[in-house]
Amino acid sequence: MASTPLDRKGMEAENAVVRLENLSKRFGHDGAPIFEGLNLELRRGEYLAIMGESGVGKSTLLNLLAGLDRPDCGCVCLEGLDLSRMDDDAITLLRRRSVGFVFQAFHVLPYLTVEQNVALPLELLRVAEPERTQRTAQMLEAVGISALARRHPRELSGGELQRIAIARALVHRPRLVLADEPTGNLDPRSAAQTLALLRTQVKANAGAGILITHSRTAADTADRILVLDGQGLKPLVSSA
Amino acid sequence: MNRSVQPGVSWTIWRVLLLSQWREQPVRLSVTVLAIALGVALGAAVHLINAVALGEFSAAAKRLVGEPDLVVRGPREGFKEDLFVTLARDPAVHLASPVLELEVALPGQRDTLKVLGLDPFRAAALQPALIGDMAGGVLDLLRPDGIYLSASAAQRLHLKHGDQLPIMVGDSPKSLRVVGILSEEAYGQALGIMDIASAQWVFDKIGRVNRIDLRLESGTDVDSLRERLPAGVLAVAPEVERQRAVTATRAYRVNLNMLALVALLTGAFLVFSTQSLSVLRRRASLGLLRALGVTRSQLQLALIGEGAALGLVGSLAGILLGLMCASVVLQWVAGDLGNVQLHTAGSALHTAKATLRAAPLNLLVFLAIGTTVATLGAWLPARTAARQPPARSLKGGDADYTVFAARSWRIGVALLAAGALLTTLPAVGGLPVFGYAAIAALLFGAVLLMPVLWIKILKIAPRIDVTVADTAIAQLRENIGLSTLSLASVIVSFSLMVAMAIMVYSFRASFEQWLGKLLPADLQMREPLGNDTAYWSPADQARLAAVPGVARIEFRRTRQLLLDAAHPPVTLIARNSTGAQIADALPLLRRMQSPLPEGTEPAWISEALGDLYGYKLGDTLALPLGGRTRRFTITGIWRDYARAFGAIVITRTAYVEATGDSSANEGAVWLDGRNTAAAEAALRGCFARPDALEILTSTALRERSLGLFDRAFAITYALEAVAVIIGLVGVSLAASSTALARRAEFGMLRHIGMLRRQVIGMVASEGAVMSLFGVVYGLILGGMLSLVLVYVVNRQSFNWSIDLALPGRQLALLALILIAAAAVTALWSGRTATGQDAVRAVREDW
Repeated sequence: MASTPLDRKGMEAENAVVRLENLSKRFGHDGAPIFEGLNLELRRGEYLAIMGESGVGKSTLLNLLAGLDRPDCGCVCLEGLDLSRMDDDAITLLRRRSVGFVFQAFHVLPYLTVEQNVALPLELLRVAEPERTQRTAQMLEAVGISALARRHPRELSGGELQRIAIARALVHRPRLVLADEPTGNLDPRSAAQTLALLRTQVKANAGAGILITHSRTAADTADRILVLDGQGLKPLVSSA
Repeated sequence: MNRSVQPGVSWTIWRVLLLSQWREQPVRLSVTVLAIALGVALGAAVHLINAVALGEFSAAAKRLVGEPDLVVRGPREGFKEDLFVTLARDPAVHLASPVLELEVALPGQRDTLKVLGLDPFRAAALQPALIGDMAGGVLDLLRPDGIYLSASAAQRLHLKHGDQLPIMVGDSPKSLRVVGILSEEAYGQALGIMDIASAQWVFDKIGRVNRIDLRLESGTDVDSLRERLPAGVLAVAPEVERQRAVTATRAYRVNLNMLALVALLTGAFLVFSTQSLSVLRRRASLGLLRALGVTRSQLQLALIGEGAALGLVGSLAGILLGLMCASVVLQWVAGDLGNVQLHTAGSALHTAKATLRAAPLNLLVFLAIGTTVATLGAWLPARTAARQPPARSLKGGDADYTVFAARSWRIGVALLAAGALLTTLPAVGGLPVFGYAAIAALLFGAVLLMPVLWIKILKIAPRIDVTVADTAIAQLRENIGLSTLSLASVIVSFSLMVAMAIMVYSFRASFEQWLGKLLPADLQMREPLGNDTAYWSPADQARLAAVPGVARIEFRRTRQLLLDAAHPPVTLIARNSTGAQIADALPLLRRMQSPLPEGTEPAWISEALGDLYGYKLGDTLALPLGGRTRRFTITGIWRDYARAFGAIVITRTAYVEATGDSSANEGAVWLDGRNTAAAEAALRGCFARPDALEILTSTALRERSLGLFDRAFAITYALEAVAVIIGLVGVSLAASSTALARRAEFGMLRHIGMLRRQVIGMVASEGAVMSLFGVVYGLILGGMLSLVLVYVVNRQSFNWSIDLALPGRQLALLALILIAAAAVTALWSGRTATGQDAVRAVREDW
């Protein structure tokens, strides 16, 4: 279930939040490889953008990073724990505690109010009142939607919905924030605001962040940019 | 909006919408089609069976009675044939034909054989079909022991030309010689025809007839002819006799048709809920169509068309199913459900062709009803969808349903009030029309009131700080449209099942209690029920009473009495006990408090007699006995589940005094020992044909009666079970399709750290909360409906009362099954919807 104490000790010393080692994934059991031999290390405070064409496996990589899918080969270590040695419940509990998600399609629950949506990760972590209310309010304030706290998602714009999603992804102060095309559904102004907000909040939480995007503009908000293609993950070579 | 669109556009939209529906949820739509099919099938089958049975009965009655203008009928034991002479000489009468019509007891058989004693030369003019069929055999009919049998009777009794037919007359076995067999076309029912003089001789009815068929001179005043008839002799038009058969079975037919209607309404409701759910789910797509230029009316037409298509397919399937059912019932299962004519019709019909011939036009009516009902079910959701502004549809959400719920409760309360008022209205033509209307009003009223109660309950539900439960409640609260539609399906089917369960249980409990009261003796013995020829003379009775081991026998004379030409005959029971003993032994509901008027005899009437003839306690009851009208005072009204057309109990002393008939044909036997077998054998030993006597212990009779009761209600249970299964399948399909539609939501919850079992738990909690509410609401509503069934519908349909009894264990079991089914459905839906696809669904756009 857990990785060896040595691994953990070593990684903690290096401050690594996530580490991929020789990671491979295929379509189905015997299908063509999506990617092979990926290696990556992400440290606390680091904000990384991964770019790539459609179909190269960006979303698959995100699923593997979050423990939502299993690699065919290699390992994903999150906070020093090897996910391949953990069962689904243990991974879910780890994800609950240490990972935050921002999706392209927002995915806020339509039947909960804005504040209930944001407080959901804290509820799952059984953070008691009044701390839960306090942290939710702080997060709403931080993303600039305090005034919408009692509203339902159907009454809000796309930019506002994405702010809820960012607040929900960060409210429990995760070590790792995974953002999958978070500005894909937004206008340029809202997109710029969202990206800035995401970066600020990831840095403020002293966690690490991975931004998956097609957009070079979006990727430029990250500390470094990697490109995923048939050969693996490589640093972006600027054409400029 | 531009209305000048090409005519093919609506068709294209409809085709795209419906085909996508079929592809998306074939099982759900199939269940909806099945529900409509069942409703139509049941309605069509009941109608066809009755059409065939009544048609056959009508044809049989026509052949039996022939073509007279008037039929003069007297008591079953007959009247003096002098009346025939008088009528034949009457200037108003063109032709008179005397008939002795008897139900003849056959040794060792429970069924009797109807025998007509005719004057073949007179009858030839009035019954050409019967007599014509004998052709040259008429002379054989004049043999003193000769009898012609119908093909059906010959087949039933396994007899052929020249065989001997054993019969019972009094307590003596006799035999007749089969001198010919009528063709199948001549007469469908089991029947024997004899020469009237031979019949009078053989059946010990010399000088007596009980029917005279008359052809009148034109312009005859029938009323003045009627006035010339003696007491107890009635002149009836043949069509009244035929109509009597129709009336006699009407309550059963209407109740079966109501069951069909319930199934059909369940189908319509499923169409409504399927279409409403589908419209809610597709509102963004529908909004898109509107945005792309589809007009409001085109959209509405297309959505109504979906319902109509479902209705048409269901109705066609239903008619085919109904034809098959009717054919099977007529061939194999005839004779149940209190419809005696079915037995006759069933034995006469062999192929589905006859069924098909019965009512082709009416089948088209059923097709139209099924399609219309389904179309109406689709109308409201179609209208709602078409009226929705496209911008709001595209936005999604379910908030406008809350507005609908807030409005609907007023209509709900109004319907509930109307339902309560309707229960107070009397029957129309012997049918509980307002009772059924009350049930419909209460049902729809309760369904319309439900959303607002559901919203209120969800609003006051406190947060319990358990994420799974709180999120489940929040989901239900926000998606009120989806949850109320699913709930309505549960409530409609469950409440109807509860109502029927309470009604049948109450009926059974009352029936059992009634049996206990009516069968206090150790043994019951009788001659074949309804026969006119077998009885026990005073000497026989003395022999029976002297049998060793017999402590006491209460002898009874039971016979049929025609009080009114428009009604079937009532049963007169003369009991060999004192008035006080009878009052004590009968299951009396009401008794006269004041003393019996001087010089009058008491009579106790059944509820049905009171209802059908309007008699009350203390009224004078005029009975035609012994050729005179005898007056009795009604001193008690008793409950009787055995004789739907009414029964009268009088003392045997009064009966003998009025008629001079001291014979008996029934007896209740109390033993002074425990050896019932020996006593039974000794009682049988008193007769030359021991097997002619029907003897049963009270326990066996009770068991047999309860068995018959359960069999009669088996079809009700089966239909109810089908209705609930359809309701449950509808609910589970709604749950699973809703869960599938929420895959992305579940995927997101899994992403943020909710365990799979927590997501499933959340879905199960939603199912449990909903089904709990549905069960409680359904129990309350079902309880209300059962009151209408017990006190209004049952009372007005069958003219007998039942006491309300609650089947607590049965209802608890039903409720548990429903909640368990909902939980299992939710668990299954949740498991399906939280698989790996859920994770992928997060990547799809909502």
